[in-house]
Amino acid sequence: MVVYMSAVMKHIYRGYNNLRTRTNRGDIGLIKRENAWKYKRLVKNTIFYVLCILVAAYCLFPFYWALVSSLRDSAHLFSTELWPSKISLENYSYVLGDALFGNSFLNSAVVATATSFLTLAVCLLAAYPLARHSFPGRKRVLMLALSITTLPHVAVLSGLFELIRILDIYNEKTALILSYMIITVPFTLWVMTNFMKSIPKDIEEAAIMDGSNQYRILTKIFLPILWPSIVTTGLLAFIAAWNEFLFALTFTLTAQARTVPVSLALFSGASQHELPWGLIMAASVVVTLPLVLLVVIFQRRIISGLTTGSVKG
Amino acid sequence: MKQKSATKRIPELYNWVFLTPFLLVMILCAGWPLLRTVFFSLTDATLDSLKSSHFIGISNFVDLARDHDWWHAVRNTMTITFVSVPMETVLGMMVALILHRSFIGRGWMRAIVLIPWVIPTIVSARMWAWMLNDIYGIINELLLMASIIDAPIPWIASNTLSIVSIILVDVWKTTPYMALLMLAGLQSLPQDCFEAAEVDGIPFRKIFMNLILPMMKPTIIVAVIFRTLDAIRIFDLVYVLSCGNSANATMSVYARKHLVDYADVGLGSAAATALLFVIAILTVLYVSFNRKKTAVI
Repeated sequence: MVVYMSAVMKHIYRGYNNLRTRTNRGDIGLIKRENAWKYKRLVKNTIFYVLCILVAAYCLFPFYWALVSSLRDSAHLFSTELWPSKISLENYSYVLGDALFGNSFLNSAVVATATSFLTLAVCLLAAYPLARHSFPGRKRVLMLALSITTLPHVAVLSGLFELIRILDIYNEKTALILSYMIITVPFTLWVMTNFMKSIPKDIEEAAIMDGSNQYRILTKIFLPILWPSIVTTGLLAFIAAWNEFLFALTFTLTAQARTVPVSLALFSGASQHELPWGLIMAASVVVTLPLVLLVVIFQRRIISGLTTGSVKG
Repeated sequence: MKQKSATKRIPELYNWVFLTPFLLVMILCAGWPLLRTVFFSLTDATLDSLKSSHFIGISNFVDLARDHDWWHAVRNTMTITFVSVPMETVLGMMVALILHRSFIGRGWMRAIVLIPWVIPTIVSARMWAWMLNDIYGIINELLLMASIIDAPIPWIASNTLSIVSIILVDVWKTTPYMALLMLAGLQSLPQDCFEAAEVDGIPFRKIFMNLILPMMKPTIIVAVIFRTLDAIRIFDLVYVLSCGNSANATMSVYARKHLVDYADVGLGSAAATALLFVIAILTVLYVSFNRKKTAVI
């Protein structure tokens, strides 16, 4: 933040400096006009950066406040200083030492990873003919995928509940993985198809000329080219599965089977005013930090994946 | 002649072989459960007697139409949707215009804007509940300090204000997504005409109203429909922020409550089916718009 601010200040100051030095040379009238223009630009730039900082503050403040609150000890929890005068890790040691929380963290990790790998396997196979061939029914399949992304999840709840009872996987991770496929698969298929479409056709034709079959083309030619897109879509599926709440809440019963969002939502004290806020904030930060890191590292990829998914540019 | 058509048919069969896992998964976890839900809505099933349920016609829907809580939930859902989607659209457009310019730290800015989107909804709900806490919350504290208010506001405890809080958090959470959709739309427009307009000294307000807005219309329509569909099924945020207070339940929360908490699968499924019906109408709109816009499909 500080580095960014100083870069911005330098940028603005340079504009201001230009304004001052240029007055010594050349035609006065021209300079006056040029100065007016530069001055306008300076004001515009300043307003623009102030706007940027406001937007950044709006986006970051809740997370920042959670972080700051989690670093306070219980005596100073309700203080409103912007930075704690004494940093205490008491909340974190409690949260990280809690076996149940560790367990739900592990559940979330296993479920989200399994979901994203399964989704990728299904969608890579399905996206290949959808992106590379034209055949009757292709449009229908894509429209089906698009319609399923908009499905209200509560509308499949009772049907899924019955299915999970029949398969005898209630309160197990398999039930969550199965139900998460509704959320991840249609979206991933959509994004993957768009990514796969962007590969030039010549590559495929050359392979056909060399006598490769469909399966070989997919595994030996498309997969190596597509790996950045695979990372992107896998990441999006992982995030969606990590954050899912409704199915995780409904299809688990015991505290051992819960995922992180569920245990966070059901974490409560004796009454609403006695909620252990410090612990909740520490748990929130622990849960969110991996995702924030992913966003910082893969920002460009995530954006390209998200935007090809819903609105085609 | 015969051989030619045979060689042509093999790849076509391949296509469906590749699509089989996808179609199976969709039938198993979307198609079949959906049909069962619609079926349950016409029966007197409870959570423990899913198998031995009886067909009772539309009486669940009659009960639903008579239930004040249901209409309250419908009203809450509509309020949340029709207030927060326009707000997100306007804010998202503003953020997209900022991100569209090239400036120092643009990459960082994009990452920052993504953060509200990536934070799990439950975590966002908890973080905001803490900030909006009536006694210890920072928001009341700041408002008191700036003497905008005289007494702390019960943001979450009060029925009307908790809807405001839900909208506030929803806007915060989904504006980034909206901004990204708008940004993708902005980047696909021909940039040279904006540059030409800027060089000619046309004020930005005019460029925006006469150039950007008309060209962005298809993107905005698709984005608004997409977000509306998402807002109508809102569940997580309301579930956590309202702490089980039925006064501000939404349609999804109502359906789940009857399905799971009251174990009344019949009525719960009827509510879910009604929600499905609303969404289905909007989905048809969305899909037809998207089809018009995408030449690739």
